[in-house]
Amino acid sequence: MEATETKMIPIYIMGKRYEVPEGLTIMKAMEYAGYQYIRGCGCRGGICGACGTIYRKPGDYKIYSALACQTAAEPDMYLTQLPFFPANHVPSNYAELEGVPEDIYKLYPELFRCVACNACSKICPMDVPVMDVIAYIKRGDIEKAAFEAFDCIQCGLCTSRCFAEAPQFHIMQLARRIYGGKLAPKAKHNAEAAQAVREGKFDAMLNQLMSMSTEEIKKEYIEREIEPETAGDDWKPKDAKWLIEEFLR
Amino acid sequence: MGYPESLKNLIKKIEETRPDRVEKKKAGIEIPAMTLDERATLLEAHHPDCIPGTRRELKVGPSQGYAVAHEFADLLESKSRVDPDKVDLSQIDYETDVLVIGGGGAGTSAALLAQENGAKVILTTKLRHGDANTMMAEGGIQAADKLWKDSPGYHYIDTLGGGHFSNVPELAYRLVNDAPDVLHWLENLGMMFWKKPDGTMDTLPAAGFCRSRLHFAGDITGAEIMRVVRDEARNREEDITVLEFSPVIELILNENGQCAGALIYNMETEEYSIIRAKATIVATGGSGRLHIQNFVTTNHYGATADGIVMTYRAGLKLKFLHTLQYHPTGCVFPEQLEGLLITEKFRAAGSHVLNVDGEQFVYEREPRDVEAAAYIKEANERGKAVPRPTGGWGIWLDSPMLELIYGEGYIKREFPGKCKQFGRHGIDISKEPMIVYPTLHYQNGGVEFKETGETDIPGLFMAGEVGGGIHGENRLMGNSLLDILVFGRIAGANAAIYAKEKAQDGKMSLAHVNAYNKEVEEAGIETEVVSPMLLPNYIEKKVRDRQHSSHYVGNIR
Ligand SMILES: Cc1cc2nc3c(=O)[nH]c(=O)nc-3n(C[C@H](O)[C@H](O)[C@H](O)COP(=O)(O)OP(=O)(O)OC[C@H]3O[C@@H](n4cnc5c(N)ncnc54)[C@H](O)[C@@H]3O)c2cc1C
Ligand code: SF4
Ligand code: SF4
Ligand code: FES
Repeated sequence: MEATETKMIPIYIMGKRYEVPEGLTIMKAMEYAGYQYIRGCGCRGGICGACGTIYRKPGDYKIYSALACQTAAEPDMYLTQLPFFPANHVPSNYAELEGVPEDIYKLYPELFRCVACNACSKICPMDVPVMDVIAYIKRGDIEKAAFEAFDCIQCGLCTSRCFAEAPQFHIMQLARRIYGGKLAPKAKHNAEAAQAVREGKFDAMLNQLMSMSTEEIKKEYIEREIEPETAGDDWKPKDAKWLIEEFLR
Repeated sequence: MGYPESLKNLIKKIEETRPDRVEKKKAGIEIPAMTLDERATLLEAHHPDCIPGTRRELKVGPSQGYAVAHEFADLLESKSRVDPDKVDLSQIDYETDVLVIGGGGAGTSAALLAQENGAKVILTTKLRHGDANTMMAEGGIQAADKLWKDSPGYHYIDTLGGGHFSNVPELAYRLVNDAPDVLHWLENLGMMFWKKPDGTMDTLPAAGFCRSRLHFAGDITGAEIMRVVRDEARNREEDITVLEFSPVIELILNENGQCAGALIYNMETEEYSIIRAKATIVATGGSGRLHIQNFVTTNHYGATADGIVMTYRAGLKLKFLHTLQYHPTGCVFPEQLEGLLITEKFRAAGSHVLNVDGEQFVYEREPRDVEAAAYIKEANERGKAVPRPTGGWGIWLDSPMLELIYGEGYIKREFPGKCKQFGRHGIDISKEPMIVYPTLHYQNGGVEFKETGETDIPGLFMAGEVGGGIHGENRLMGNSLLDILVFGRIAGANAAIYAKEKAQDGKMSLAHVNAYNKEVEEAGIETEVVSPMLLPNYIEKKVRDRQHSSHYVGNIR
């Protein structure tokens, strides 16, 4: 195979110049340059929020943001990582929250200091419309806030920019939990199944399966009926052998 | 940005075969799944676990003679990172009822349940709390909770079939039985499951399962679980103290043979501290960052098998560590996304897998090991894989066909995370397929433990990916998020009870580490390696070769 010459580009890590191959992510570029991460690196897959990065380009007044593990290094980037930004988490007794917007207002009254500057939404590497989410919460629409904030990976970049000094990602987390546990419709089928577990209803069935020989269980495996891919929740199996009602009959 | 011309031309072949394939799928016509015998033959010939010369028998320790990958053996046949004689065990820095090692899903759920059972808890973790494989799980979590068509019994049968019937039955029992209850717990903690307007939880089918029982929250199920349990742990900060960037290096035993705490290391100040605990839970996760056989990995930065090393030195046996899971659909293009997981949900939803000619060569819903072996065969034996511009092979995963089956906008709605990640590199996965190849994903086995979370060392408990036996030789998708919560909760509760009722005071000791170091020496092993590994080193070789300092001067090497 023909060896292709990799093009080298200059980047400035906290102001110091390094030459790195083109096409690497910022994270790999920093490692190429010789940095061994302790902070600023977690999942390496764009989901843990450890690698928030801020950069500028020469001759451009704008502040840019990126996830170091997801974004290719560009020539002449002046970058620094912001692996931690202080943000107060206010503890609450979740079970006792009422599932109303006031739950959030009481814990994080500073959200009313929001001046709608939008610096948070602009810097968010996940495109969470942070300012809008705060507005939904103020307006009491927790459901909308929860879904719009669903992609937040809690990197803290928004909080670093906040004029209101509010820890938006903790506020949004609370909104999601209030929606998920107190406002969203409950899964009745799951509650019933969980109750059955607690009553030990499946013990006899599972004990019987557990005591089977490998040959016997293999047979069950091969002969089991497969739910068709496109079947919906109303699908009923023809073979009900291991359904609880049939089993207990 | 985007696919280069060469690949764009190959995509045309997929577009040619697509209408016909979609028609068949809609009509319920699938290419046949393999029989158990066909699977076995394929695995033996093409699965990475079966390649001769990639494993060796351990020369030391409780599982001496058991063959594991060289990368594991290198860590196990080595000395400790620390000289036990330098540690003054009379200087206790932290005292607690329950010590949890690892801040992923298993560790955090264990911490919550230990606290609920009356314990003061310290959770110590290597990176930030939540920087863990749990955070990265996308697809979902299995539970048989639609009892009109499903039951834990069917879930049990599937789980054993997936594990080639080698699973420890008692562990599999607990896994499937407790599943609905775990989901109920998560719902009550505020997890945003995807649901129908009447509250019915959405479920998807998944490879190796006979029922649609994969529950999810968007395509970031693990992150949603992790965020919720972490937030709850933070709510209980009076009882649960979290120490970040403080990996455990060795366990500490006492004169009664009980686990009595651990030695932790502050990676920033390089200082060691001693935690005394009445009960200890190991929940350190997996080992993808060992890059077994040089495979790329989907795992987080700290997945380096530390828990295996420390518990092996303390005397626990290994179980099923010879089997690793190579996820069939790791991203291999663009290079920036290499190793990134493409969730199995694409295959679960019916995305075809195709070779360079746009032909199907394997049913898309075989279990992972079978699927991965089929891709490797298509590349190595049949030469029909997709050549990658940067070298190596790939297989097409036809995501755009889902738009034709479920309607326009489906991909964006169901896979928002993936759309964003590929979009950053100019690829629209609702219009263009992805290129995938097997990637090191999951440690099927690990260290032996019991269904009560206990181990052979009194006072030492275990939960999560570090443990072996639940999944036997092969884990099925969505069973792992489940296992970490089922056994995390059990270990947490039982550790708290143990701390109250059974823990005894006794002189603390690291004698087992000295003994192990001696065993390594006596086996004639010469090695520069010290373990646990803590973090992989990705510094460019050119730089490493010029890191000439040979001594510490303060923190500066
Ligand atoms: C990309 C990806 C996608 C996945 N998708 C799914 C899915 O859809 N469904 C599913 O069921 N499973 C999935 N899995 C598997 C599943 O996520 C993991 O197996 C599971 O989350 C492991 O949980 P855990 O708590 O045992 O380990 P982890 O979540 O990895 O947590 C381990 C923790 O221990 C810490 N630690 C490590 N060493 C030390 C030490 N020496 N001292 C202190 N702390 C230490 C780590 O830093 C980490 O915080 C996926 C895995 C990956 C990587
Ligand atoms: S909302 Fe804030 S914390 Fe969340 S991802 Fe965006 S910038 Fe980061
Ligand atoms: S940065 Fe703060 S003040 Fe500005 S819009 Fe966002 S929440 Fe409001
Ligand atoms: S390292 Fe986790 S988001 Fe980048």
